[in-house]
Amino acid sequence: MCASRNFRLIMTQQPMTDRWLLPEGVEGLLPKQAEYLEQLRRQLLDLFHSCGYELVMPPLIEYLDSLLVGTGHDLDLQTFKLIDQHTGRLMGLRADMTPQVARIDAHQLRRETPTRLCYMGSVLHTRAEQGNSRSPLQIGAELYGHAGAQSDVEVLCLMLDMISEVGLEGVSVDIGHVGIFRGLSQQAGLTDDQEQLLFDALQRKSKPEIGEYIASSSLDDDLSEMILALADLNGSVEVIERARVVLAKASDVVHRAIDNVATIAEQVMQRNPGSLLHFDLAELRGFNYHTGVVFAAYLPGCSQALAQGGRYDDIGKAFGRARPATGFSADLKQMVAQLDSNLHNVSAIFAPYGNDPALREAINDLRVQGERVIEALPGQQAGANEMACDRVLVKQKESWTVIEAENS
Amino acid sequence: MSEQLIIALSKGRIFKETLPLLAHAGITPMDDPESSRKLILDTNHDDIKLIIVRASDVPTYVQYGGADLGVTGKDVLMEHGGEGVYEPLDLKIACCKLMVAGPKGQPEPNRRMRIATKFVNSTKRYYAEQGKQVDIIKLYGSMELAPLVGMADRIVDVVDTGNTLRANGLEPLEHMADISSRLIVNKASMKTKNSRIQALIKHFSEAVQRI
Repeated sequence: MCASRNFRLIMTQQPMTDRWLLPEGVEGLLPKQAEYLEQLRRQLLDLFHSCGYELVMPPLIEYLDSLLVGTGHDLDLQTFKLIDQHTGRLMGLRADMTPQVARIDAHQLRRETPTRLCYMGSVLHTRAEQGNSRSPLQIGAELYGHAGAQSDVEVLCLMLDMISEVGLEGVSVDIGHVGIFRGLSQQAGLTDDQEQLLFDALQRKSKPEIGEYIASSSLDDDLSEMILALADLNGSVEVIERARVVLAKASDVVHRAIDNVATIAEQVMQRNPGSLLHFDLAELRGFNYHTGVVFAAYLPGCSQALAQGGRYDDIGKAFGRARPATGFSADLKQMVAQLDSNLHNVSAIFAPYGNDPALREAINDLRVQGERVIEALPGQQAGANEMACDRVLVKQKESWTVIEAENS
Repeated sequence: MSEQLIIALSKGRIFKETLPLLAHAGITPMDDPESSRKLILDTNHDDIKLIIVRASDVPTYVQYGGADLGVTGKDVLMEHGGEGVYEPLDLKIACCKLMVAGPKGQPEPNRRMRIATKFVNSTKRYYAEQGKQVDIIKLYGSMELAPLVGMADRIVDVVDTGNTLRANGLEPLEHMADISSRLIVNKASMKTKNSRIQALIKHFSEAVQRI
């Protein structure tokens, strides 16, 4: 017999002792973090509000058809599904709020003016990717009804403002444009299957595989060279000029896309002169629904994008009204995780227990002033220090006064 | 000091064959992983470190940002799925083949085939593409044994010279893929440390063409 403790390797039934276990990738926030996050949530919604972004609250659950419109296979896999007992129809728990907000713009608001919307809420993912949360707190802003680079610049800069409001520094922005690959693919007359193969290799910047693919296809030399060159078009702003040279023989679609990236970059630099911009013209994140510029913010030393966005015109078509659209979103939990929540110290005042009207009044006054006052309970042993209070409310010469707590 | 660049390598053949490439980029490790027990090796550059990890863990370290770059076999990469990493360069080292092998002269059985392998995902994909449903038995090593003891009809493994196969009465049957080592890069590092990584890729690719 093995004397050491027996580990159950396969959990068939959850035993009593493991009842506290949460599902993989699902977490709750404890007091300090939760309070920190809530404070940031308010700050960020205030920021969006001050820029004219109206808050919307789409439902947590809706019919799958409308939830997944125009989004593609990835989001389908990420969506938890269940059956509506009333109608027998399939419903989904939202994995991304962007399509919901697009529906609100296209079908419910039906405005002709540019519309700015923002949102904040929990989304659920069926799979934890790269150790990510399966229950992110998505926050984002979208701008509908304007097709020019200016609206892309506005949302990109708002994304940067959001990150600096959170207090994260040294962020670099990665900018790409799906029109470049799409244009080359059209020019080459690729079928969907071929495009998917090439897309897959390009996503991994696998030049060996792109080379193999080109060798086995009947593409002409110019196109082959351009597609292969795309994998190398990443780096600082010189990439734009390099792209104009190596993609010189590409169609107008491609040239318009490069011009678009150049315009956006120039205007972002005018508005936020210190921005660290990085260009990757083969970045095809969200290729299925993006139609123009795509961008993402990266923090040094963090292997996941902090926030991402881009242009996705016409997603509203499925809801009866196609509109130009651009926006970004981020996971607030992920952003808070990058911060040291210990730095978020809330000061508090420890008050004695009592129903003396003067004491009640003193406590109420302090609370009205925005102070946090914690009342002792009868028989409580823990003092101000243990209750994380830096000050105490004491009676001095017949009046209640706040003094510094003594360090124990 | 500039930011650290961490390169993940595995011991043995890959480490040995990567040394000349590193040397061309002006990087020499200060320790030998064969004699040292250290897992983080200093180099002649203060801001470049090498980490020694298991071959099959290299993509994971790079994907999660534990390392900025890594050198790993295409076999490992295919099995891992390559998510979250760029693989811009074929280093043309540690070359071999991913193959299906089986006992000499034994035809396919009339039932569902059993395949022993450590390359579960690649094997599943390979047979699915051929329209064949197979049962896969995951093993961690000595795959050649499985058909000999009647556990499997075929094995899928990397084959270099084929000597181990022959010594155990097996023969290579189907060629699945050519394998060589790839340079892989963490996606975020490529964006935040672009110029340094691009310079390294350039040195490596020059060295590959020279060798």
